[in-house]
This record gives sequence, C-alpha cells and structure tokens, in this order.
Amino acid sequence: MLTDPIQEFPDNVYPIIFSAKRLNPDNFWQSHQKFGSMSLPNQLKNQHLLWRAGFGPAVEQLPDLSQFTPQQFYNALVKASSKKPDYINVADNYLQGLMMGIDQVGRVQKKDLTPDEKKEIQRKSREGVRNLNLYWLHEMVNSSAQLREKMAFFWHGHFACRNLNVFYQQGLLNVIRQNALGNFGTLLKEVSKTAAMLNFLNNQQNRKGHPNENFAREVMELFTLGRGNYTEQDVKEAARAFTGWSANARGEFIFRQNQHDTDSKTVLGKTGNLDGDDVLDILLDQKQTAHFITKKIYVFFVNEQPDVQRIDWLTERFHKSDYDISKLMADIFTSDWFYDEKNVGSKIKSPIELIAGIQRMLPMKLENEESLIVLQRILGQMLFYPPNVAGWPGGKTWIDSSSLMMRMRIPQLINDEDELNVRPKDDDDQMMGRENTTPSAAPPKKVVFRGSKPINASVDWNQYTNYFDKTQREKLVNSIAGILLQTKTGVDGSVITSYADQSNREEFIKTATIQIMSTPEYQLC
Amino acid sequence: MLIKRKEFIQVGSLATASLMLPKFLKAFEGRPMVPAGNKVVVIVQLSGGNDGLNTIIPVRNDLYYKARPRLGIESTKALSITDEAGLHPSLTGFKELYDDGSLGIINSVGYPNPDRSHFRSMDIWQTASQSNEYLSSGWVGRYLDAQCKGCDKPTQAIEIDDVLSLSMKGEHMKGIAVKDPRRLYGTANEKFFRDVMKNHGGDTGEETVDYLYKTMSETLSSADYIFRQSKLHPTNAEYPKTELGNSLKTIASLIFSDINTKVYYVSLGSFDTHINQEFQQARLFTQLNDAVKAFTADMKTNGRFEDVLLFTFSEFGRRVSQNASGGTDHGTANNMFLVSGGLKQKGLINEMPDLNDLNEGDLKHKVDFKNVYATILKKWLSADDQQILHGKYEMMNFI
Repeated sequence: MLTDPIQEFPDNVYPIIFSAKRLNPDNFWQSHQKFGSMSLPNQLKNQHLLWRAGFGPAVEQLPDLSQFTPQQFYNALVKASSKKPDYINVADNYLQGLMMGIDQVGRVQKKDLTPDEKKEIQRKSREGVRNLNLYWLHEMVNSSAQLREKMAFFWHGHFACRNLNVFYQQGLLNVIRQNALGNFGTLLKEVSKTAAMLNFLNNQQNRKGHPNENFAREVMELFTLGRGNYTEQDVKEAARAFTGWSANARGEFIFRQNQHDTDSKTVLGKTGNLDGDDVLDILLDQKQTAHFITKKIYVFFVNEQPDVQRIDWLTERFHKSDYDISKLMADIFTSDWFYDEKNVGSKIKSPIELIAGIQRMLPMKLENEESLIVLQRILGQMLFYPPNVAGWPGGKTWIDSSSLMMRMRIPQLINDEDELNVRPKDDDDQMMGRENTTPSAAPPKKVVFRGSKPINASVDWNQYTNYFDKTQREKLVNSIAGILLQTKTGVDGSVITSYADQSNREEFIKTATIQIMSTPEYQLC
Repeated sequence: MLIKRKEFIQVGSLATASLMLPKFLKAFEGRPMVPAGNKVVVIVQLSGGNDGLNTIIPVRNDLYYKARPRLGIESTKALSITDEAGLHPSLTGFKELYDDGSLGIINSVGYPNPDRSHFRSMDIWQTASQSNEYLSSGWVGRYLDAQCKGCDKPTQAIEIDDVLSLSMKGEHMKGIAVKDPRRLYGTANEKFFRDVMKNHGGDTGEETVDYLYKTMSETLSSADYIFRQSKLHPTNAEYPKTELGNSLKTIASLIFSDINTKVYYVSLGSFDTHINQEFQQARLFTQLNDAVKAFTADMKTNGRFEDVLLFTFSEFGRRVSQNASGGTDHGTANNMFLVSGGLKQKGLINEMPDLNDLNEGDLKHKVDFKNVYATILKKWLSADDQQILHGKYEMMNFI
C-alpha cells in the first residue's frame, strides 16, 4: 500500500517569515478605497507581492502585512527560498524495485514483463503522478519557499510536459524546482536532457538519417525564441544536432553516439559540427530568447497587458546578467511600477493559485483529498497534465460560465457537506482505457467518480478569527475584505453582511469570509 | 482547535431561482413552435478514438480480415449498406437512416502529420489547428466570435455537460455548458450571486473585474433563458435512459423552443479500446444508436429533420491491425457520420479507405476535417468559414 505523502506532514506547519507582532489591524478597507493617486498602503502592496511571488498571504502573515515594507518582505521571501529543495520521491518500493531491475538487466527485459505486470506498473505510475501532484500542491500551500515554488510553477507551465511515467515527471520537477531561481541557460539545458521532455517531444525517435523535428521545433518555438524568429531550415538543422539525445529506463540522460549526426549543420547562421548543447548555446546567445522569456514572465507575474518599455528594460538586464532568473525577479518585485495601481488585483488567479490561496488563508485538513484533483480537472488546470506543450494559456481563458460558477462555489463546498456534483471530463490519456476492463452483460453502471463526495474539510479557524479580535464589529466586513481582495472596487458590504451568520462574532467572521471568497473579485489577485 | 464545518446557512437554490416560472410559462402557453428553417448543428464527439474500421466495415476486403483475425466483423454480421461496406451490428438505427437517405458517411477524414496522443489530437480537432500549431480557441467558439458580436447571452452554442470543451471557447465569446437545465450550476449560492451582481455598480474601469461580472451576468441570465426555453415545448417522445439519451432529449426540447442556439455539443466515450474492444464498442454504439434513433424520429415527427445536421467525430481512428489484447491501438484517419433530413449527398460520400496504401500501418487521410467544418460553417450556418478556420478550405457537397 502506498503511503500518502501528504499525511506524513505534521499538521499545519506554516512558515512565519517574521516574528509575529500581534497588532490591531487598521480598518484597511477604507484606506484601500481612499488611496487614489497616492501610493498604495504597505498591506495591499505586501498582499500583492505575496500573491504574485507566492501563492497568497498565509494566515500567519496577517499581522506582519502592515508592519513591513514590500522590500523587507521580498528579502524575506528570497531568504526563505534560498535553500536547495529536496528531491520529491513519491514512487513506492514496488515500482522503484521494478525500475531498478529493468535498468540492471537491460532494456530487452522490459518486453518480458507479463501483461499484468505491465498493467500494474502503469497503474502504480499513474497513481504516482497523482501523488506527486498532491505533494507539490501541498508544498505550494505550506512551504516557506514561496518564491521558489511559484517560479517552479511558472516553469512547470513553460516547460509543459505530459508523461505518465512518475520517475520521468519527478526528474523534470526536480530540475525545475532546483533551477527555478538559478540560471535560465542551465535550466534550459537540464530540462532538455530530462527523460520526460525527450520522451514527450519524441527525441528518442530522432536519429541520424531519420530525424524527428518535434523536439527541436518546440525548443525554439516554445522554450526560447518564440514563433517567427527562426526558419524551417533552422528547425531541420537543429533537429540533426539533437540526434542521439536519449534517456535510459531510469530516466537518466544518455548520449547515443552512434545515432548522432556528425555532419555540419547551420543554425541561425552558425555553422559547424553542432551538437545539442551547441544549439542551445546559440539560442541563448539570441537576445530574442531573453525577450521571449522576459515577456512571458512579465505577463505571468505583473500584468496580462505587456508593457513594451518595461519588458525591454528587463530584457536588456536579463540578457546582460547571462540569464540570472533571481536578478530578473528582483528587478520586477523591487521596482516601484510593480506596485502600480493598474497591476494590483488585475490578474485572474489560475485554478492552482485559487486552490492554494484559499488553503493558505484557511488552513484545513481534507478527508477527501481526491477532491483537490477533481477541482483541478474541473477548473482546467491539473498539475502534470498541461493541455499541450504550449502550457496553460492563462488569463481570461480560465473563465467560462461553468468554470466561474464552480470557482465561486468552492468556498461553500469547503464549508458544508454538499456533494461536488459536477463531473470533470474524462481524460483518455489518464484513463488508458482502464474503465473498460471487465466485460459484463449488465447495463452500464452509473459512473461514480472518486471525487463525488463531500470535500469534508476541517478548517482551523483559530488563528484567522483571532486576527480580528480587536476589530470593531461594524468594521469587520471591510477588514476581512481588505485581506482577501486585491481589487480596487470591493463587493458590497451590505450584501456580505446580510448573508453572513449574525448569531455571534466568530460565526460572522467565518461566514463573511466564505461569502467574500465566493465573489468574482476573489478570483483576482 | 479544528472545527467541523457544517454549520452554514443554505441560501436559496435553483428551484427558487425559477419562482417566476409559472407566470412565464403562461405567457408562452400555446405559442407556436419556431417555424422550420432555423438550421442547427448537433456535434457528437466520440471521445477516445473510435475504431472506424469496425464502424464502417470493409466487408469485401481480405486485408481487413487478415489484419484482424479476431476483431474483424464478419460480413454476415455487419449491416450491409453497399457491396463493399457494412455497418457495425449495433448500429441498426443508422442502417434505417441509410435506407431512408438521411445518412452520409465520409471516409478517411484526418489531417496532415497526425498526432496519436488523445489530448493533442483532440486539441487539433477542437481548435481546428494545424498539427504544429497551438491555438487556445475552439472552432465553434470562433464561430460565436464571428456571429455573435454583442450578443447578450452565450446561448448560441450549448454543450450538454458540466464542463465546457475547448471547441466551444472563442477568443471573445464562449458557449455555455449545461448538463441539466433544471440544475444549471447545482449551486446553493445562486441567490447570493444574484444579489452580489445586483449590487455591483456597473463598469468599474477595472477590466478583469468587468469581464468576470459580465460572464457572471450572462451565465445567470442564460441559465434562466435555457431553463425557460426547455419548458416551452418539451418533447414527449421516449428517449433511452442513458446520458446521451437524456442529452439528446434536452437538445430536442431546445430545438423545438425559440432559443437562438445554432450549435449543440455532446460527448460519448470512452472509445479508447486497447482491450476488449468488441464488448466496449458494442456497448457504446448501442447507446449511440438508440439515442440517435429516438432523436431523429422525434425530429421527423415534429417536421424539423431537414433543419438539423448531426455529425460524429473522434480524435483519431485506430490502427488497421488488431493488437494482442483483443483491442486496437491509436491510429489516424477515421470516418464521420452525417445525419440529417437535408443531405444532398447520401450514403458513402467517398470511397472506402485503401488498406493497400498505409503509412506505417495506419490509414492515410483523404479529407481534411477542416473541409467538413468549412462546409458546415458556410453552407449550413451561413458563417464566414475562412475567418473562423484561419484559411480557405474547399467546400464539400454533402449539404
């Protein structure tokens, strides 16, 4: 039996970046409304920073939000993310043993596995990817290395990859988390050498005399230059340079010399007996690569509407720094313009940001963890299952009638024992036909999917409600909205009040919080 | 302290959202049905990669039986339609449609450089992209973009599901997903949503806020609209009690109403028959057959069959040769069914696939699916096919 990695964590281990100084919060909502052309209050700026450079403010951080400047907060975020992350290994012993065995006795033996063994490996591997998903989501909620996990989340969408082999996925995630704040060139090279990516983009089939251009094309189109900045001929030549790049069953990079095309190639004007690393270096030399990455980072972290001047300025510095990701992020998060009114509250949270953000503010234990997977699927962002190699398009594409209504129901679902009576679409890549294994003459049974149960969340409200201890009753709604919402215009306090439970103060805080989280405004950060 | 959280107020329900319903129904009582002529499309997505060769069976082709010693369907069992082709034995209703001239079959539909991964190939079909191009909008969605500028409700394209497919998402407009008009979003929070919306003071100048409120407002008004329309002339025909049966019944009721919907979308699956194909495909085809049979009979009875074009598609067909586990693996080109009382070409519209001319064991495509889309967009929906499909595709003649 596979142990659930999530349950190995002690309850509610939360980072406190600063020593907690409990202070009575301001009536933030009013100052929020008043800020006008003046610089925004620190609390709002810090919340902005925590939503963009992490997965939102955690309940432990509430007292600190108005006590420190964004610069101090950012420094703390950097410090908390400086440690090299541990390799996440969710594969169980059976699978590990099997993979080691395959590796030792050679690849031929893999074919000798019985159909049942193969099926069992596939099942365990799929289960492993699911556990990896939950484990990483748990890190996003609970880790103090918020900046690292957020950057890794960005790279997870940039280097989008579907692969049902849990070892391959673990390897890729490890590369991404380790290099998330490091050097982009190193990250690019290491990702390009993961079994997950080589396999996903068919480079195992890219051989001398029989090129498969998929890998070379996507490296240029999606990982470095962007469409329109290279020719078809560049793709063809680069593909030849990547011949022989492969991986073994354990997921380690292997260069198969005998499959490598050693003839001369010309990529973006550079000629020679190029290999894969040479091509990646040529791509990194191009300032367009710095521009492509910087623009994507700007759109992801700052504003969906690209600002050409800012992006050019950042690009210049990113390229000069030889692709130092930490410096680029510092340039962004410590600039004044990052905290401009137009950038605050303008971004639609991705489903993962929404789900993680709620859990950071309301620490909870979930009896039915499968619901976290189901929610990801319904809302259109399941970790490790990007829609294609281009990743999640983001922005307004997150929102349609069904997904918006579902998003606004989540707080209520956490809150009561309603069934999650919405069924995600089947994913045949995940199912691999397994639904169909037992023929029977009986009429098809109603499919009960595993998430179709109450979420059964137990929220630990103590710290949250304590935070409002000294807030006057009539200021509560504004104060709660102030920590939950980033938009300039708020929701109508009277509506929230009228739907909140007025029977006592604690219930009022809880229900008002749930209601505010159920608004369109809460979808933004 | 952990608090078990159940103690919350239940606010409203969709039942109460329809409090105004009786009055509304009255207003429409006895109103005539929409006159004939309003063309609609019903898209049936066969998810998972349906095995086309066991759908339209090449009963005279030795290569077929050689490649499928176990899975090949004998010509005596297939429902014969021409000398060389027979339908899967479960598709009795389709055979009747064939006999009566309302079934068209396009063979060898696909696209250049086929992708054998489900999600990628489905992406290509749903976005109508080239195989090396990644679009984040779907073709029906882009039809909405072109057709529906300034529409106040996204009900021109409705998917009968909980979750909206990429097909239905345009760059500006998106269709709406509805599983059951009576239980639109299953939300106990609907009254709260309406109050939040009522108290929201119009445009805020914050673009994304306005976008979310607009979507919310369209959703809530569409929910009412669809529910009311579904009650105008609900069909009283018998439909099979399957999910697809229910979905087509809902679609029929909406077609009989005066809703502005032009495209309906529904999925059936999974056709990913790597193992036990015989059982699995027959089970799904029985569902498909019974539901489509009831639906077409209903359309005929109500004089709307000429206005309805139903078609099926799947993200790919399957390999010509069977595999070792009683199934077939992912393939490429595939066939599509066209069902309508208004077809100009009937039966086999093009020749059966050439099993002599394979590409590494897979069928070669002869018709790009985008030609089918273009034809439907232009000839059936009178839309700008070139703008929607980002290019010019030759028209076909089936409508």
